[in-house]
Amino acid sequence: MKILICISNVPDTTTKIKLTGDNKAVDLANVQWIINPWDELALTRALELKENTANAIDKVTVITVGNAGAEPTIRKALAIGADNAIRVNTDPKDAWLVATQIANAVKSENFDIILCGIESSDYNGSAMGGMLSEMLDLPSVSSVSKIEIEGAKVKVNREIAGGFETVEPSLPFVAIVQKGIAKEPRIPSMRGIMMARQKPLTVLEPVAADALTGFVNYEPPMPKAACKMVDADNVAQLVDLLHHEAKII
Amino acid sequence: MNFDFTEEQLMIRQAARDFAKKLEADVIERDTNGIYPSHHIREMSELGFMGMLVDPKYGGGGMDNISYVLALEEIAKMDAATAVIMAVHNSLPCYGIETYGTQEQKDKFLPSLVSGEKIGAFLLSEPEAGSDASRQKTLAEDKGDYYLVNGTKNWITSASTGSIYILFAQTNPEKGHEGINALIVEKDTPGISIGPHEDKMGLRSSDTHSVMFTDVKVPKENRIGADGFGFKFAMKLLEGGRIGIAAQALGIAVGAYERSLQYSKERKAFGKVISLHQAIAFKLADMAVKIENARNLVLKAAWLKDNKKPYGLASAMAKQYAADIAMEVTTEAVQIHGGYGYVKEYHVERLMREAKITQIYEGTSEVQKIVISRSILRD
Repeated sequence: MKILICISNVPDTTTKIKLTGDNKAVDLANVQWIINPWDELALTRALELKENTANAIDKVTVITVGNAGAEPTIRKALAIGADNAIRVNTDPKDAWLVATQIANAVKSENFDIILCGIESSDYNGSAMGGMLSEMLDLPSVSSVSKIEIEGAKVKVNREIAGGFETVEPSLPFVAIVQKGIAKEPRIPSMRGIMMARQKPLTVLEPVAADALTGFVNYEPPMPKAACKMVDADNVAQLVDLLHHEAKII
Repeated sequence: MNFDFTEEQLMIRQAARDFAKKLEADVIERDTNGIYPSHHIREMSELGFMGMLVDPKYGGGGMDNISYVLALEEIAKMDAATAVIMAVHNSLPCYGIETYGTQEQKDKFLPSLVSGEKIGAFLLSEPEAGSDASRQKTLAEDKGDYYLVNGTKNWITSASTGSIYILFAQTNPEKGHEGINALIVEKDTPGISIGPHEDKMGLRSSDTHSVMFTDVKVPKENRIGADGFGFKFAMKLLEGGRIGIAAQALGIAVGAYERSLQYSKERKAFGKVISLHQAIAFKLADMAVKIENARNLVLKAAWLKDNKKPYGLASAMAKQYAADIAMEVTTEAVQIHGGYGYVKEYHVERLMREAKITQIYEGTSEVQKIVISRSILRD
């Protein structure tokens, strides 16, 4: 079997978000880039499957859509243990464009399992995985929190209201994974970092495709107002404040 | 001039940073109770931090010294005790055997050191030979095909958890320091006994003991270098070892500074966060400048070593300065935290206790000044 993991290159989750002067874009200067946490967990699970199932997995490939600045992120995926990487050389403007590029890049590669994180931690669109499965005309299972290989079959657990359901999709398929798919992301070892240099990283030029969405404006959230404490016995004061000061009743 | 790190160096620093987060979870408990970080050292071995400088043909990471100091800084930032175990292991036994050992010694000892299966220790200090390391009283009598060792070593990091010792002992007292030999000794050799765990001020989670040798037979083939090379070997190793300890001291300072920076933006006094009080802001500025200077010295020493240029003066400067500013920065960090700095929960009191040893071991700050002054007066 061959597994593909779609990797999104995102700002570190602790990044202090600043906007450009016109509020039309996020200021990406001095941002530290990381593998999208859900994608990183998906990669971890793929590597566990490769290690724990004797010869069931031949190859774990990672793909990202991004310019050259995304290479350290994709190379980290190689250092963690992916066998090879693909980068489609274009700016990942929206989910449609990313899904189009990935679909085009992998349509002839015959991956058996394609893993996508449930969302990316930058724009949280939650759209790419579903779009990709549609473009590749593959079944998809969403909200996957467990994936197991039993012989030639793959079983996945997905979270539903009040519990889990186990699904046995036909191969190939797209799994849109969430937290729980692996315990914690792997830290690359020194050996892995050294070997990442020698692993194949293929750069593909993009196919012609437009982004279907664009950002009009960003607004920072309202700053939190100061909290005023009212004595529990003083209901009249509370009502008065809500009425005259907060003006919500 | 180029101040950029390579992509690999950045990846190693990030790997160390990610790993170090795990150290934070139990560092206070280990420090309080003197618990050795066994499971952390195991994971560090799996990640390759315990033999990162060694040639990959022996299983090592083949990394450069820049990567090494970046990793050590990150680990020391969270836990200087774990950092010293890593620093001693890499800088002294691993580097020493790889650089000066025979092919047989490298083949026999390096793979298990690099995999972390065996931890290395460096046995130079004695009850009456610290800074004056040439006055070795431990004897290694030449008995033909083996040395017979008798004596006591003090303040040995990883003495009980470690199992491969680099031991220094006097073979020809009449030759003074030129009579000293360095021997590779396996801890399970008969006649070795370990003293009680030292109840230290800081680095309480690393194991430090005295080690007694009574009629211990060490095969001749375990000697490093020619007869009488031991003292020179020790000095060579310490030149490099100082870069590691300087990186550890830097990490301690950075840990205290980053915690102070965060605390000062949250803690309010006299109606505003304390970082807006000039008394605190200036302390933070002083800390930042000292850390920047120390980091530049540490990186320069590592760069010189990587580029096969003389690094003895640079490593002494880096060690002395980084250790001294670690003490200053951690003391100020406690001051910024006020009463909270004096209790364990906020970490800075531990960092202050940890900083102190960096001015003492691997050559005291005063010894570094001897090295520095001799060098600048000679040139």
